[in-house]
Amino acid sequence: MQDFLEFRSISKGYPGVQALSDVSFSVRKGAVHGLMGENGAGKSTLIRLLSGDQSADEGEILIDGEAQSYRSVRDAFRAGVIVIHQELQLVPELTVAENLWLGHFPGKGGVIDRRRLIRIVGEKLSEIGIDVDPSAKIASLSIGERQMVEIAKAVMLDARVIALDEPTSSLSSRESEILFALIERLRSNGTVILYVSHRLDEIFRLCDSLTVLRDGKLAAHHPDISKVTRDQIIAEMVGREISNIWGWRTRDLGTERLRVDTISGPKLKTPLSFSVRRGEILGFFGLIGAGRSEMTRLVYGADRRHQGTVTIDGTTVPADSPPQSIRAGMVLCPEDRKFDGIVQGRSIEENMAISSRRHFSPFGILDLKKEAELADRFIAKLRVRTPSRKQDIINLSGGNQQKVILGRWLSEQGVRVLIIDEPTRGIDVGAKSEIYEILYELAAQGMAIVVISSELPEVMGITDRILVMCQGRIAADIARADFDERRILAAALPDVPTEQVQPS
Amino acid sequence: MTSLKKLLLGEQGLVVIFAVAFAIVALTVPNFLTERNMLGLLQSVVTIGIVACTMMFCLASRDFDLSVGSTVAFSGMAAVMASNASGSILIGLVAALLCGGFVGLVNGVVIAHFRINALITTLATMQIVRGFALIASDGRAVGINDPSFYQLALSKFLGIPTPIWVMGAFFVVFGFVLNRTVFGKNTLAIGGNPEASRLAGVNVSNMRIWIFALQGLVCAVAGVLLASRITSGQPNAATGLELSVISACVLGGVSLAGGRAAMTGVIVGVLIMGIAENVMNLLNIQAFYQYVVRGLILLLAVLLDNLRSAAAGRRS
Repeated sequence: MQDFLEFRSISKGYPGVQALSDVSFSVRKGAVHGLMGENGAGKSTLIRLLSGDQSADEGEILIDGEAQSYRSVRDAFRAGVIVIHQELQLVPELTVAENLWLGHFPGKGGVIDRRRLIRIVGEKLSEIGIDVDPSAKIASLSIGERQMVEIAKAVMLDARVIALDEPTSSLSSRESEILFALIERLRSNGTVILYVSHRLDEIFRLCDSLTVLRDGKLAAHHPDISKVTRDQIIAEMVGREISNIWGWRTRDLGTERLRVDTISGPKLKTPLSFSVRRGEILGFFGLIGAGRSEMTRLVYGADRRHQGTVTIDGTTVPADSPPQSIRAGMVLCPEDRKFDGIVQGRSIEENMAISSRRHFSPFGILDLKKEAELADRFIAKLRVRTPSRKQDIINLSGGNQQKVILGRWLSEQGVRVLIIDEPTRGIDVGAKSEIYEILYELAAQGMAIVVISSELPEVMGITDRILVMCQGRIAADIARADFDERRILAAALPDVPTEQVQPS
Repeated sequence: MTSLKKLLLGEQGLVVIFAVAFAIVALTVPNFLTERNMLGLLQSVVTIGIVACTMMFCLASRDFDLSVGSTVAFSGMAAVMASNASGSILIGLVAALLCGGFVGLVNGVVIAHFRINALITTLATMQIVRGFALIASDGRAVGINDPSFYQLALSKFLGIPTPIWVMGAFFVVFGFVLNRTVFGKNTLAIGGNPEASRLAGVNVSNMRIWIFALQGLVCAVAGVLLASRITSGQPNAATGLELSVISACVLGGVSLAGGRAAMTGVIVGVLIMGIAENVMNLLNIQAFYQYVVRGLILLLAVLLDNLRSAAAGRRS
């Protein structure tokens, strides 16, 4: 089969960074092509160029042998190229049908023929095999369903090339399965799919071919994915061999440090109790909607509790505010870094010092020198990759943002309990193992660590004990010696199928 | 990017534009660069300048305050009435501060605790407080009895009127508070991302209440100085002040989306507003045209800001 999509010596630079240099590869018609690389390797830039959002400094993109010169997202649409981003581009208050037609509504004289709209969309959806009500509002759909709608939109616009950027990062495993089936169907129709993901198992399962980028350069191109191994890809991504990315090792566990006793709240009706020992890394696993993040927010005091107490080393933590939790030695790295973690528009330095600066700011007056020292110390210690501490945090990759948030808490005094929700979501392999190492080191110093993750290999890889949550309850308590993939999954799956609760 | 573009869209772009505009005006407009005119110009922006200091905090924390004009009038009225009744200027001052602080506190509590949109809340208090000023004075101007009250505005130090000194002091103090204190940094953090700031241990509700209370107090100071200058408490004083103040802040690069503010920018914004008006007066341009020009300046400033953000975005 011939090459359908081709990148020819693409280069793109931003002031201070050469994001892509001389990248060339091509994809066959009807292929699902994987694109991998650490954060900052140039995947997002490449996708941005493909989407028409920005244009390359040098080189060209060819579709079906034709050089494309589009300069906007609209032009790219016309050329049949559609990029589906991590943040979906749908209007929440409009229906599925309206969203699909947005920009080119059928009807006469500006009056929309609502019934025709819904009928056509309904037919189209069932043709593609997507089970979503065309008259439902987007806001009422789960993240997974919204993604389906995005893909349907691409299909309706007769896309010849669809790029998916980390499509499963916020999907439950069941939703991912539906997505995979849809991708299979699109492939058989001859659509080229560019699939960006950090998840190797997905890449192996879906993709026919694969390109690996590293530091803006082509690290490897595999026209046939069956001829490569996982370890080889990881090595190509990081430029070094990582044999065991988890790196877990035994630690001495001390006395009980954190005790959570029968807490419940508006979103978590059944009271929950658990405890964590000094030096222990406790994992929480569950499907999306199992109540893990809700539990976290209750423990941390971010949401109001109905009942229950939290004690650290025997002292009760006041119930309802993050500042009090922080003073009691309990900190949280939230699930959604972008909305709950980073303060965008502010520097790395300010993001790190936001809480701990109160210890060295007499009468509320800043000590800029100390703040700079603190930032530089943790940038070095956590190996945050940045030209300077003055850099706006929004410019960092996901892994480096997570490190800055860790730095925020490590610079606090007397942290005894660290809760970290989805520690490595959207973070590349190299940075992942660095973050795990930091957690092990903190645990070894006696900190009690609670890790919440929806990636089973991760929870099994790095924790000492797992609590499995299902429908707002703790369904199982499993020690590391008894870790078993099937047992954990069985406990996480609800007996009766329930409405999927959307992550908050 | 060419170096000119870099200069105009960079950090100090506004200052550069201001300097150029100032030079052009000074060379072309007769009587502009005289001591008398300069002092008059500064006198005319005292109210806007003082109130802009705290409006900057309000906007930087992603809030909004429309009630400042009414608060200035109300607290000025309170100062005049209280000092007339008691015969003590000090009591008048305290009354003004109490009134202004109270209005601000109410704004803050309603917005932070009852989670009512700041735009709506202050739109309501703007009318309520204006109503108080009218009710208290029965809709008429209240003259100042004690001549030494005038001295607040008329007195000079080193040849410069006191209100200008006060405005300068406010610029220095709030510039320091914004850049060098936990309060300032927390304000910017809240504006950048309120939920992240809350989870990072910033007491967001308290901060918002403090910012509004401070705004009220600063309005009271501006109200007293204004009353002293116009030698009476006027219930209709400072109408439309909120828009001038917000314009000056936006001109100065304060982001309405929160998280970005600089004192130098706000000072330049205030001065640009003042110069535009002053020049048009010197050139005998009819007052009606001044509205058009002020609006155009604001639009241009926002467009410039947009270009600057886009340039900053490309850099990332």
